[in-house]
Amino acid sequence: MDWDIIEESIPAILHALPVTLGLIGTSLLIGFVLAVLVALGQLQKAWLISRSAHFFVYIFRSSPLLIQIFLIYYGSGQLRDELSAVGLWHLFREPWFCAILALSLNTAAYTAEIIRGGIKSVPMDLLEAGEAIGMNKQQLFRRITFPLAIRQALPAYGNEVILMVKSSSLASTITIMDITGVYKEIASEYFSPLEPLLIAGSIYLLLNFIVTQLIAYFERRLAI
Amino acid sequence: MNKVIKMSVLATALSIGVMSAHANNVIRLATEGAYPPWNAVNSAGQLEGFEVELADELCKRAEVECSLEQAAWSGIIPSLQQGKFDVIIAGMSITEKRKKKITFSRPYASSPAFFVIDKNSPLNTFSTELDRIALGDINVKEQAVLSAMKTAFKGKTVGVQKGTIHLNFLKEYLKDEISIRTYATQEELDLDLQSGRVDVALAAMSYWHKLLNTEEGKNLLTIGPGVTEGPFGDGVGLGFRKKDQALANQFSVAINSMVDDGTLSTMAQKWFGFDAAAK
Repeated sequence: MDWDIIEESIPAILHALPVTLGLIGTSLLIGFVLAVLVALGQLQKAWLISRSAHFFVYIFRSSPLLIQIFLIYYGSGQLRDELSAVGLWHLFREPWFCAILALSLNTAAYTAEIIRGGIKSVPMDLLEAGEAIGMNKQQLFRRITFPLAIRQALPAYGNEVILMVKSSSLASTITIMDITGVYKEIASEYFSPLEPLLIAGSIYLLLNFIVTQLIAYFERRLAI
Repeated sequence: MNKVIKMSVLATALSIGVMSAHANNVIRLATEGAYPPWNAVNSAGQLEGFEVELADELCKRAEVECSLEQAAWSGIIPSLQQGKFDVIIAGMSITEKRKKKITFSRPYASSPAFFVIDKNSPLNTFSTELDRIALGDINVKEQAVLSAMKTAFKGKTVGVQKGTIHLNFLKEYLKDEISIRTYATQEELDLDLQSGRVDVALAAMSYWHKLLNTEEGKNLLTIGPGVTEGPFGDGVGLGFRKKDQALANQFSVAINSMVDDGTLSTMAQKWFGFDAAAK
């Protein structure tokens, strides 16, 4: 254990905290909106919509996130001319965009399943009661199904947020200097992985401690 | 003459000492396997390259039994220190920084660092007065070339492999002018150079020479001078734990004999296409 390396690691790794938070926050936000749409798609009666939504979930839940990130980043690099032709290359050129895209799609697939489970768990009699007092379909969804589904899905969603905090570290494999990226750089600079690893690990622990507390708070607030 | 005899007696004594210490042990060598033509994994999944052949020959000459395994570049020095293997043979340059952690054999190869760009890049007209600069002792002309490089590369994205002397050079000399992107392997850096995500890539000539002569590398171009010394160190050597100095000496003797009878130079010609062997 070398205290000089620890002393140097702490500010350098903390400096990368906004990058990690940006990755997590942006992907969770985009992922959640997408997940609601996908979950609703899965529950549609229209065959094509429901099948495509299921297919999306299947693809992104069943392949490793690392492969998704590599495929989007290095895969798009091979399709430079095609992407330029449709005016998308300036987006895919940036590692940041590719990381956000991969993380958002991945969390959207998992979250869609969580929300679908939540919607399914809403008791039929509540909906019938709503119908009985004259609510239309949109009102039923907005006032009964969605709030109850979210309440039901909260513990599982908390789990997903915790996974995302950890998954964001994979963005470092496509040159993004997040907490893990900076840890790797310090480790290879000093030929000593232990010290920066401990610092980086502690920051992830701390982040997830905060997430756990937040989820617990909301669970209490929304307790039925 | 006396001195020569003394030296060879010493070398023999050392090697006997080492051999008895490792008598029942196989010496475990480790390489990266992602830095052709130094070391790479072929389509059959086997290690091949200059250093794979070199390892064979050195072990024969040092009369030791060896094994060769693959190890990730980024953790290769800590892994050596933890005893996961005994020798690093991975195109590693001998630098002051690394010497603080491990010990080296004498160098067996050396290769200047070169910048590479896409042929259609706006930098393709960049040229300098000198085609080599040595950072050890910079003269006025070399200083002018360095300044020209700083101006030409201003605002560019330069890609480089993590944990390399090339990264150290960029941090030391061009940090304020360029933005640096670091890659776990050279192969990933090549992909981003090809797709235009980085404007310039920096690595050893020994690596570029091979790539630029293949179909995939035909759109690439080296620019500016080859750079040596300073952060680039004193050539490429084998890495050992500090306590294994005797083993390092034994391998240095083997490298010497390969330099003397010309086999090292022939081997370098075969793999690099130019004589990158140490003299």
